[in-house]
Amino acid sequence: MAVILDPTDERVPLERQLAPRTGEITGNVALLDISKPRGNVLIDQLESRLKERLPKVTFTRYAKPTFTKPAPADLRKEIRQNNGFVIEALAD
Amino acid sequence: MTDAIPFSLSDNQGGDQSFPGSRPALICFVKEDCPTCNTVMPVLQQFYDHYHDQLDFLVVGQDQKGNELLIKNHSLTVPILDDSALKVSFAYELDIVPTLMLTNAAGDTQLRREGFVRKDWQQLPNEISEVIEGSTPPDLDWTALPEWRPGCGSLSVDPLIADRLRAEAENSPLRARRIEIATQDDEFEFMFDQGFSDGLPLVPPTPERVMRMLSGTERDPQEIIATMPPNMGEATVEKVAINCVMAGCKPDYLRVVIAAVEAACTDEFNIHGVMATTMGASPVMVVNGPIRHEIDMNMRLGALGQGNRANATIGRAFRLSVRNIGGAQPGGTERSTLGNPMKFTMCFAEWEERNPWTPLHVDRGFDAGDSVVSLFAMTSGPALIVDQTSRTADQLAGSFGLSMEAMQHRKAHNATDSILVVCPEHVDTLMRDNYTKKQIKSRIQEVTSVPFKDLVQDEISGVGIPRERLDQLPEEAQNRLVPKFASEDNIHIVVAGSDAGKFSGAFHGWAGGSIGSIPVSRKIEG
Repeated sequence: MAVILDPTDERVPLERQLAPRTGEITGNVALLDISKPRGNVLIDQLESRLKERLPKVTFTRYAKPTFTKPAPADLRKEIRQNNGFVIEALAD
Repeated sequence: MTDAIPFSLSDNQGGDQSFPGSRPALICFVKEDCPTCNTVMPVLQQFYDHYHDQLDFLVVGQDQKGNELLIKNHSLTVPILDDSALKVSFAYELDIVPTLMLTNAAGDTQLRREGFVRKDWQQLPNEISEVIEGSTPPDLDWTALPEWRPGCGSLSVDPLIADRLRAEAENSPLRARRIEIATQDDEFEFMFDQGFSDGLPLVPPTPERVMRMLSGTERDPQEIIATMPPNMGEATVEKVAINCVMAGCKPDYLRVVIAAVEAACTDEFNIHGVMATTMGASPVMVVNGPIRHEIDMNMRLGALGQGNRANATIGRAFRLSVRNIGGAQPGGTERSTLGNPMKFTMCFAEWEERNPWTPLHVDRGFDAGDSVVSLFAMTSGPALIVDQTSRTADQLAGSFGLSMEAMQHRKAHNATDSILVVCPEHVDTLMRDNYTKKQIKSRIQEVTSVPFKDLVQDEISGVGIPRERLDQLPEEAQNRLVPKFASEDNIHIVVAGSDAGKFSGAFHGWAGGSIGSIPVSRKIEG
């Protein structure tokens, strides 16, 4: 029997629990632009449509400094503390 | 003197013998193919005949079949213990067999001798009498024995075996999870199935191979070199060594890969983005300094291609580390649209001796005598610059610029870095006019400069400055000349390649600066 050593970081991925699905959107919604070209165009459209459909919901725009790096911890914390939902617009 | 360590071994008569027992003991390590061991076997037998009622005899043989031969050839009745696993020999730190030890009843070592020196062995009865009161010497014809014989190397220090023993020892420095591959499984197929591979076969990272790889650095195997995105895995020296084994590295290469991992896992280099981008970037590693020669890297003919073990496996080991420790796998967080072959490996050395200017690492702030690895996030290359006819430095550097103008896109200015690899014949053309590196860079910027308004989006291509943004600018700003690169510092010049051929090359960069990736260099240390 051959024995080899594990080349990975040996971490077991965390299983994330989905937030409860209430069937309605209330409170605050974050709209996160990752700062890739034309991501803002998509978010503008989304924001406009969503505001029509959900007039009581507050939408707040956020942006990552650059699309090439994970969002800074402070930004993630701010979004988490002030919003119940987040919509992230990806690319091009 | 090494302490006598407790042990238990089976003997050739089917029993188990343990040390220490309740009596003084004579311990002797032997192996059959050692002539000196064969010289001492009759002596040990006669000592056994004389003392076995008062003294424990632990004759430890290192090879099971050899033990049988010793018993047969010397008609032994003294039991021979089986240490063919060599764990006791290893624990006793044997270099030589025979190694003779005498312990008292408490198990404390009284003497330890290697090889055979007749006058010392003749003293043994006197020394035994100190641990067994009133014992008498056996009647031996010492004159029939040679005065002196050197011992032989212990099997436990055989290079082919010692690494396995170190890996299996209780104080083994290895901590990685051990994966047992069933006998009926093919180990190469198993590693493919586990997702460890870049698509090519891997060398199985057995504990002994990893131990051997770790001899390439003085750093603690459990030292955390970096936290590696995207999974933020802890890249320990041991984990990097495992990936080096799989890639086919020699131990001497390990320190280069360690330095590359350190460089990659910085905010400046941003390995997370480099791996995740759909654009298909990959690190390109350039090695400078004395280590190029120490590990026989290729910097001449075909330096950027295949055929050199160091170049190929260092780059591959780094990429496997990012894949396995960081978790960047195609289809997961590695999202390149097309990918590129540099994602397997891309590492080469600069031919500093053929470089009339300062080498890359000196340009980047290191001493000429330092060994350094520099990492660049590149999307393609080497894109060939074919110029066999320019005879002046201005012409040739102009060709460099014209060829590099299309990097990413002809209208993409101020966007990226480039590595310009100048071949030796082109070096000679440039030096005919005593051109400096700065002149090369300035010339590239000069010939690639275009009015800002030429970079506007138009009917030929939708890439560029939006028309409405351009129209807001005053005419003077619209006519401002914009070179290809944001700064001459974004052009990184190295020398490599064979003496024949007027073909330089340029690596085309990914998103440059703080928005993307900034080149990072690290000193390679022990």
